[in-house]
Amino acid sequence: MAYLKTLARQQGWHDDLKHPTEESQMTRITVTVDDVSYTDEVEPRTLLVHYLREQLGKTGTVVGCDTSNCGACTVHLDGVSVKSCNVLAVQADGSTVTTIEGLATDGRLHPVQEAFHECHALQCGYCTPGMIMQSIDLLRDNPDPTEQEIREGLEGNLCRCTGYHNIVKAVQYAAAGGAK
Amino acid sequence: MIPAQFDYVAPESVEDALAALAAAGDEAKVLAGGQSLLPVLRMRLNAPEVVVDLGRIPELREISDDGEAIVIGSMATHSAVVASDLVREHAALLARTVAEVADPQVRHRGTVGGALVHADPAGDVGAAALALDAEFTIVGPGGSTRTVAGADFFVDLFETAVGEGELLTRIRIPKHTGWGAHYEKFVRVAHQWSIVAVAATVRVEGGTIAEARVGLTNMGSTPLRARSVEEALVGRPATEDAVRAAAASAADGTNPPSDLNGDSDYRKHLATVLTRRAVLAAAQG
Amino acid sequence: MTVTDERPATKEVGSRRTRKEDQRLITGRTRWTDNIQLPGMLHLAMVRSPFAHAKVLSVDTAAAKGAPGVMGVFTGADLAETQGANINAWPITADQVTPTHLPVVVDHVACAGEIVAVVAARSAAAARDAAELVDVDYEELPAVLDMKEALTDAVLAHPDLGTNKSAFWTLDSAEAGTGADVDEAIAKAREDGIVIEREYRQQRLIPAFMEPRSTVVDPTGEQIVIWSATQVPHILRFCIAATTGIPESKIRVIAPDVGGGFGGKLQTTPEEFATLAVARKLGKPVKYTETRSESLLSGHHGRDQWQRLTLSAEKDGTVTGFKVELLADLGAYVAIVGGGVPVLGAWMFNSIYKFPAYRFTVQTILTNKPWVDAYRGAGRPEATFGIERMMDELAAEVGVDPLAIREKNWITHEEFPFTTVAGMTYDSGNYEAATARATELFDYDGMRAEQRRRRESGDPVQLGIGVSTFTEMCGLAPSRILGQLNYGAGGWEHASIRMLATGKVEVITGTSPHGQGHETAWSQIVADRLGIPFEDVEVLHGDTQIAPRGLDTYGSRSLVVGGEAVVRAADKVIEKAKPVAAHLLEADVADIEFTDGTFGVRGTDKGIGIADLALAAFAAHNWPDGLEPSLDAEATFDPDNFSFPHGTHLCAMEVDTETGATRMRKYVCVDDVGVIVNPLIVEGQVHGGLVQGIAQALWEGAEFDDNGTLVTGSFVDYTLPTAADTISFVTDHTTSPSTTNTLGTKGVGEAGTIASTPAVVNAIVDALRPRGIHDVEMPCTPERVWRAIRSAGADSAGAAPSAAQPHFDESEGDVQ
Repeated sequence: MAYLKTLARQQGWHDDLKHPTEESQMTRITVTVDDVSYTDEVEPRTLLVHYLREQLGKTGTVVGCDTSNCGACTVHLDGVSVKSCNVLAVQADGSTVTTIEGLATDGRLHPVQEAFHECHALQCGYCTPGMIMQSIDLLRDNPDPTEQEIREGLEGNLCRCTGYHNIVKAVQYAAAGGAK
Repeated sequence: MIPAQFDYVAPESVEDALAALAAAGDEAKVLAGGQSLLPVLRMRLNAPEVVVDLGRIPELREISDDGEAIVIGSMATHSAVVASDLVREHAALLARTVAEVADPQVRHRGTVGGALVHADPAGDVGAAALALDAEFTIVGPGGSTRTVAGADFFVDLFETAVGEGELLTRIRIPKHTGWGAHYEKFVRVAHQWSIVAVAATVRVEGGTIAEARVGLTNMGSTPLRARSVEEALVGRPATEDAVRAAAASAADGTNPPSDLNGDSDYRKHLATVLTRRAVLAAAQG
Repeated sequence: MTVTDERPATKEVGSRRTRKEDQRLITGRTRWTDNIQLPGMLHLAMVRSPFAHAKVLSVDTAAAKGAPGVMGVFTGADLAETQGANINAWPITADQVTPTHLPVVVDHVACAGEIVAVVAARSAAAARDAAELVDVDYEELPAVLDMKEALTDAVLAHPDLGTNKSAFWTLDSAEAGTGADVDEAIAKAREDGIVIEREYRQQRLIPAFMEPRSTVVDPTGEQIVIWSATQVPHILRFCIAATTGIPESKIRVIAPDVGGGFGGKLQTTPEEFATLAVARKLGKPVKYTETRSESLLSGHHGRDQWQRLTLSAEKDGTVTGFKVELLADLGAYVAIVGGGVPVLGAWMFNSIYKFPAYRFTVQTILTNKPWVDAYRGAGRPEATFGIERMMDELAAEVGVDPLAIREKNWITHEEFPFTTVAGMTYDSGNYEAATARATELFDYDGMRAEQRRRRESGDPVQLGIGVSTFTEMCGLAPSRILGQLNYGAGGWEHASIRMLATGKVEVITGTSPHGQGHETAWSQIVADRLGIPFEDVEVLHGDTQIAPRGLDTYGSRSLVVGGEAVVRAADKVIEKAKPVAAHLLEADVADIEFTDGTFGVRGTDKGIGIADLALAAFAAHNWPDGLEPSLDAEATFDPDNFSFPHGTHLCAMEVDTETGATRMRKYVCVDDVGVIVNPLIVEGQVHGGLVQGIAQALWEGAEFDDNGTLVTGSFVDYTLPTAADTISFVTDHTTSPSTTNTLGTKGVGEAGTIASTPAVVNAIVDALRPRGIHDVEMPCTPERVWRAIRSAGADSAGAAPSAAQPHFDESEGDVQ
């Protein structure tokens, strides 16, 4: 905040903040989310995470901060992890999104979901959707990571409950092929 | 929080983007990767009337080789730059620096051009671009094109040579093939902006430093070149003592900020230590 | 006394059950409060004061009322009749000065972030847009931000109160008859012993639970339904009824899935009350969800003390007295537990040691900063930090190993139960055993050898070893003791068990988990107790209509108090079932035995399962005369004493003397939390607790500028650690069963946080001590460490100050 306020002061932004008084344009977007195609009208200012949660009811993806530090809102956009609070819904037009709700297939958990359960890698569970989505991305890039590579790969995701210990273990467990 | 309302355009060519910017005048904001802009809009620290999204212009994402240099489109994402064999081979310093930007999710969306034009003094990319003698291609109203050298590109805090109605389209980096490189970033926690960082790249011949380039992050209102260090390194052996002596002047003439993460004098001290470490690591390859 | 455990063997208790809760949490089938959408629901945005101290001269809401989608804009004056108040439930003295705390201020702002107006609109975006249009005219007043300055009363946080001093509270062993006079002990030590005097800062922290707080209020039915991201649904319901006049029976509070709390959600908040007031005004369902920046600013903060500590000892290191003088910044208001948080430290500064004389005083202070209340550990981390830092200082002065000075002074395992100089009776523990195991796992001698090597070679990266042998009091709490302390509620907990006709069992608990895994642990307990499958147990909680009695989850109380209530309810089910089994088996009730879920007749092979009895109760066709056709039972448990977990934590820190950067090399802890119901969950609690405590030592701190603006107001600046900043830990346990509950459990939720902070700081100081450095203020940032090294270097020509000399500056503001 201090940083952003400094930024605003230096830019003189606060002075010219306009007061919105009318409805803005709506933009039509088509997005495939968890294998279902949706076409919707959205305000351009709508964040992807709000579109997912409020218009599509994909409440598995959550918002944890307003500065893109916490990573709780991580989803896959066209196959790579992004923070969905830091993407406009209109930017996702024509794209494919996978959320935590789209991972399990035919009632079977994704191996990383399974690993988080087996290793007790979650407590309150609020960071968990983002943590799992980022862990999957990390393992896609690097199927056999060292502990340090796992830790650095998760540096964009905050957890307040687990101390990260068991999250790291869960990623190792998933990388090793789970219970095999 | 939710940004204030704005209109949105997503042009599919540079020409159309310039036209959109011209039409909106000073009420427009360019959206590149959005990783710095969107938090600012969400905090309502800025409220543009129009957001011009460059995300639908494929040509701006290209990374190519023009013989003497590699040319990076301004909309190339950080992760594309890190993964690019061209960049890794000919501008290793850029690849290593960009790999340290923020976190993986941000690197998937954030763009090198967006980071450079945002010109946050604590941002990482500028120091490497400056150290590598990058040239910046800026297009303006009507398609006018100019090329700006690094020293002229960074003007002040959050201010570059890219003016109103203009776009940064390409970053041209002369090949530094075979140079060792290292980015030494100092933070308290991993997801923080750099408190101080040093981008160093050196060409070592037979244990002697033949050429050296050193860029500093967050040691002033813009990225800086530590030219006195560069000069002092040339012809010296790549040893701890020699590099230590050369690095001692890293903070000379700098004016770093004082904030929660460190006072100015501490940053100056850090710059000398980090410069030594960065150069030594670069010299190792 | 040697405690031997004669509990029967168990199948579930003690097993590493993976959690029942996980399935919904890992697949996104969650019910966070912010997920709730109701027909016609409105959304709120808060207009908050940017000033730390101001008069509100006027609030112009006209433009906001005219904005698109806006259904109402309310000021404090608009809500004054109905909004209730945020109360302090623990006045620590009879004459405590307690400012009135209104959810939406009417004319006086006492800290930045206070709510001045509330906008209700059809979307969250429209509400935020309109909030920007509310024009508030403030008259800025001088703000008092520093607690030592506040002591002078030169600038008042609340001018109408005439003072910033809220309360002064004392525990004195000589007065209480639990020990000798501490001033005499110190005076004697000044003659012929050692006196260590230090002043430590407990910086202000922010709980920073991951789920921002959210409240939904639906006023449309017969009962007002309130969903909230809270640790304390029952306490919230009580406070609403007590301050708004709404009959308690007309209020239903639900804590659905709640994303962490750490004390930060045990508050009853202005936002909850404001949301309720607006919903009632408009007669519509209303939702308010805070942003992270709002959360960091307006949720309560934690810690924030100055500790002035005087330890007296004989020359061999035997402690003779300990005097603790605290200043505690409460912020602008006395929060629900408020001044009670530092008071909880009163029984813990003496920790595991046999101190003959002790005095604890705390002056609580009002300032124009956000309010302060419980944060993980609440009072005990501050105390543990103070004493564990002092024991290291004493060891250095005597010239012995920090473990040796502790062993010289600690309570030995033969001495339990032990009544301390603070008057608390510890029921069980074995500090020797935990320490022996920890030093073995840590390779203590090997690490000391490496430390010597680095010192001798002048390595720029030095190694320090930090020790923290802690105990704490948790399981809040015996109601009788709470009553003596003037606490506004009891400390009992409730459980009930419903035996369903199909053989399933519902366990209703008054605890309100938000990550702790009660659904799993309570299932394990009941499965063992009733001899039924773990899978057949469903645990229900967090809804005052389903779990009507409860005192919620905080203070590591859920298992030791709430878990015991579950045990007792289950035992009542068995006792109710025995005469029924006797009736159906045509046997004498005295011959009925209950084993592994079956009621048998002694000496025969006749038997009937508990599920069959539940079905028999459902039909009630054949039931003994005079008995009610039900096996359901409930129990309320009020403990006789706290529980006293303890442990030995060892930490190795590398200190880069060139930059001041620190890096954790190794962390070993051996905790004794009594009997463990689920080792997997306990380890998780320890890991998470450790990192929160380590984060206090290294990374976190709420910082304000001269205007009282929180400059660490987002996650950019309030620097929580990531996976890349932390390491994997080595954890183990010893077991000294608690004697205060059937299962022998002790609390574990706060242990890691309480113990780890001093271990880390002790390690950093240990690395630097040869340079004459004996403290680094928290958080131990690289810059602070570097400056300590640099100034020590500059001072090294001068003589090191003698620890026998007092070095408090007597001219500075007195701690009364």
